[in-house]
Amino acid sequence: MSFLSVNNVHHTYFTKDSANTALKNVHFQVNEGEFISILGPSGCGKTTLLSIIAGLIRPTSGEVTLENKSTFHQKNNIGYMLQQDYLFPWKTIEENILLGLKISNQLNKESKERTIQLLEKMGIHGVNHQYPNQLSGGMRQRVALVRTLATNPKLLLLDEPFSALDFQTKLKLEDLVFSTLKQFGKTAILVTHDIGEAIAMSDRIYLLSRNPGTVYKTFIVPDEIKKQLPFHARNTESFNELFQGIWKEMEKLEARYEHSAPS
Amino acid sequence: MNIQLLHKQFLQKIKREKRWIRFYQFIIFISFFVLWEISSRFGWIDPLIFSSPFKVWNLFIENIQDGTLFSHLYVTIFETVLGFILGTILGTIIAALLWWFPFFSKVIDPYLVVLNAMPKVALGPILIVALGPGFTSIIAMGTIISVIITTIVVYTSFKEVDQNYLKVLQTFGATRLQSFKEAVLPASFPTIISTLKVNVGLSWVGVIVGEFLVSSKGLGYMIIYGFQVFNFTLVLLSLLLIAIFATIMYQIVEFIEKKLIKH
Repeated sequence: MSFLSVNNVHHTYFTKDSANTALKNVHFQVNEGEFISILGPSGCGKTTLLSIIAGLIRPTSGEVTLENKSTFHQKNNIGYMLQQDYLFPWKTIEENILLGLKISNQLNKESKERTIQLLEKMGIHGVNHQYPNQLSGGMRQRVALVRTLATNPKLLLLDEPFSALDFQTKLKLEDLVFSTLKQFGKTAILVTHDIGEAIAMSDRIYLLSRNPGTVYKTFIVPDEIKKQLPFHARNTESFNELFQGIWKEMEKLEARYEHSAPS
Repeated sequence: MNIQLLHKQFLQKIKREKRWIRFYQFIIFISFFVLWEISSRFGWIDPLIFSSPFKVWNLFIENIQDGTLFSHLYVTIFETVLGFILGTILGTIIAALLWWFPFFSKVIDPYLVVLNAMPKVALGPILIVALGPGFTSIIAMGTIISVIITTIVVYTSFKEVDQNYLKVLQTFGATRLQSFKEAVLPASFPTIISTLKVNVGLSWVGVIVGEFLVSSKGLGYMIIYGFQVFNFTLVLLSLLLIAIFATIMYQIVEFIEKKLIKH
């Protein structure tokens, strides 16, 4: 049995005038320690899928299991990083990173020390008693990563966590997140619309189509790329090859969508 | 170019402007009372109705010496502060209940609209009969006049808290109470403080009207008594005292706001 399995997930949003199917027949498995990317155009239900995996929404049908148990009852084993850092502006950096531990009653001397050390490992020093608005965007996202890792989740969900950052910060942070997750042997699912980011960071890529969102194609990332830090991976030959391959498929999807879209 | 010198000049310019503003404010203050005194002495305004600053001042000294002023002042301030605090706290508690039970809030919505639209001072006679013609019913007036608007404003701000903060908390498995404590309430603090400022004014209205009706003690009573015996010096003295103490209360709230909201 695999570590995480997403079994035939369907999800439909109901509104007064319509029933919108956001996800249809989404089905895949993830092994422990793997880094998976879910790639897709906006509006393909990526965030919905992550929320379902995180156990925040119940899917209309299907289920998601982590180590054979529904994720709905083990939110604490899953860390979720949002598009923006969403650090609480009224809390200090230290209060922010300890938030998860406090909520789940795991806050003690040992876990507090471990979390503060993790912050230092991320290259953030001497800001523990400052407030989020005194930090730069890159620093804030690193603090958010520490907050997510503090509760020691088995699975990490990343919802376009680099999309709000400038390019340079984004590249640096990709390397940092990649090496941190590898070091702790974490399993992760990254949602993104950036093809390069998906290739550089992951072991496997699922391309989602939209309306309704479903797994359209799976790409296996070659070992040559997997072994390297994202920044260096971008310079390998197979990176470009895979990039072109995915680009073509996305174009095809786009064409199909435009074709069928009512004008 | 000397940057330091320019900066110094800039600072001096600001200082000078501030000094001029203070100067004109002082001029207006002085000329108001001087003009009032002169027009009263020369009979440009009816001294029986508009009195004069000297008469008000003499009455002020006289009432301090025989001790009546303090007892009236004390009663009104006590009632206003209590009404104001009760109105704000009760309003916030009701808002929290509405947030906690969304179904209840939908049911109660039209009644809140009606209660908000109704002039609360019209309830005065009923309150006095129900609670007795003492300070209880006056405090009730000060409370009731601010409680509904506080409920509506604070509840709206509870609802408008960025859902992503709640999402962060849910990923840590937070209960509804924890979500309220960690995100909803602190995020709404600025709104609650700004309703405090509005409530200062409203509570004064409630208490003064209450004292008009009960007519036994307080600045409101001094006004209505002065009116009945045609002693407008007494009315004006009360008015000036209300202006001074309402301003002091407002300044205290502003001071609390600065202390509480740093980020």
